[in-house]
Amino acid sequence: MIPDAAMNTLQVVVLVLVAAGAMVVVRSKVRVRQVLALSVYGVLLAILFFVFQAPDVTLSELTVGAVALPIILLLAIAKVRKPEQ
Amino acid sequence: MGIFPFLVVAWIVVVGLYGIVTSRDLIHQIVCLIVVQSSTYVLLLGVGYVTGGASPYFFDIPQHTRAVDPIVQALALTDVVVEAAVTALLLSFAVQAYKRFGTLDPLELTQFKG
Amino acid sequence: MTPRQRAWFFAVAAAGLVACYLWAFTGLPGFGNYPGPYGQEILRRAVGETHATGVVSAVNFLYRGFDTVGEEFILFAAAAGMSVLLRKLRAERETGPADEADSRTIPATSSAVRIPALLLVGPTVVIGWWLASHAQTNPSGGFQGGVILATAFILVYLSGEFFTFRKLSPVVLVDAVEALGAGGFAAVGLAAVVMNLPFLYNYLPLGQFPGAISSSGTIALISFFVGLEVAAAFVLIVGELLEQTLLRSA
Repeated sequence: MIPDAAMNTLQVVVLVLVAAGAMVVVRSKVRVRQVLALSVYGVLLAILFFVFQAPDVTLSELTVGAVALPIILLLAIAKVRKPEQ
Repeated sequence: MGIFPFLVVAWIVVVGLYGIVTSRDLIHQIVCLIVVQSSTYVLLLGVGYVTGGASPYFFDIPQHTRAVDPIVQALALTDVVVEAAVTALLLSFAVQAYKRFGTLDPLELTQFKG
Repeated sequence: MTPRQRAWFFAVAAAGLVACYLWAFTGLPGFGNYPGPYGQEILRRAVGETHATGVVSAVNFLYRGFDTVGEEFILFAAAAGMSVLLRKLRAERETGPADEADSRTIPATSSAVRIPALLLVGPTVVIGWWLASHAQTNPSGGFQGGVILATAFILVYLSGEFFTFRKLSPVVLVDAVEALGAGGFAAVGLAAVVMNLPFLYNYLPLGQFPGAISSSGTIALISFFVGLEVAAAFVLIVGELLEQTLLRSA
């Protein structure tokens, strides 16, 4: 079993990474780059849920937040993109 | 470690709302809304955590070991999948707005009345 | 209201929101000291009452099954709403997938993308089914298994075979599977009402020992239906958006 102090440090580190990731996602201006940042943010969230002892939520967040949601977003962006001159 | 996860939750909410308020693009706003939604998952799991607890699956650990709360995990689990579908619905609203008005800027869209 | 005024207004409002949050969070019992009686009570009883070792799935599909029915119908309504919103308008006609920038030479999808994508379709389907049918034992369940099954279809599209993706997921069939999933869940619950039991009561045999595949009664059955419905909903959503990229306004 992992000692409590090590678990605590791990959780604090991942929480800080998640907070930084949220800022990066919000401050991205280019659409496609923001979608990629969202995908990385989804993986960071999945790691956070894993460290919080919730494997079910990890699986959901990993498949949805890092795969399905970016695909849906990219398809919508492809639709509203202005045709190149 | 007392309320640090909850501070992170408040930070994510404020950052996401800041992105929504100062955004000039509907797609950017929708992605910021996703960020705000993710803060609720962190809050749910943070409330139910028990220090030193295992995950609530008793397939290979004895049945009465200390475990974290399973109810908030069930809520967060269905939450994650359903919000993706609702985000897709929001995106189709944005696509329709682009088709009808030719712009995705929320400040320009508010000027169309009726 | 100019953008600057809006930003200042937001700053004031956010300060108030953060103050309310801090007031609320300092009243909580602190991270890691979850006191709540409901969770501990469920942990004590769940394995004995349902013979399911995955307590989260037992909570999802039995103890709070009514919430899950509602969430599943949110999913259903979102997919239906998208089909309505993204219908073909009168002024649009469908073109074949033509290259919009004819002057550029775009390479075909490289083999490095096609081969792994096509190789992974089979294992993805197997993993999706395995997850959807093992809700009662492992960290798995209908929701995750369904999304992974939908990802298998998306892998076919990503390997460059757009027409195969469309042939593999005809809208009529996907709609029918989604309706089967949502209706099946409601039917399992209503069958309990027909037997004079409360809605979504666990009336199927519970199996000999906890953790077997055939244990836990209705939980495994409901998880299977939920997996079908979630997979169909995601395939429908991606298919709708893909078809939109083919429509051009006349």
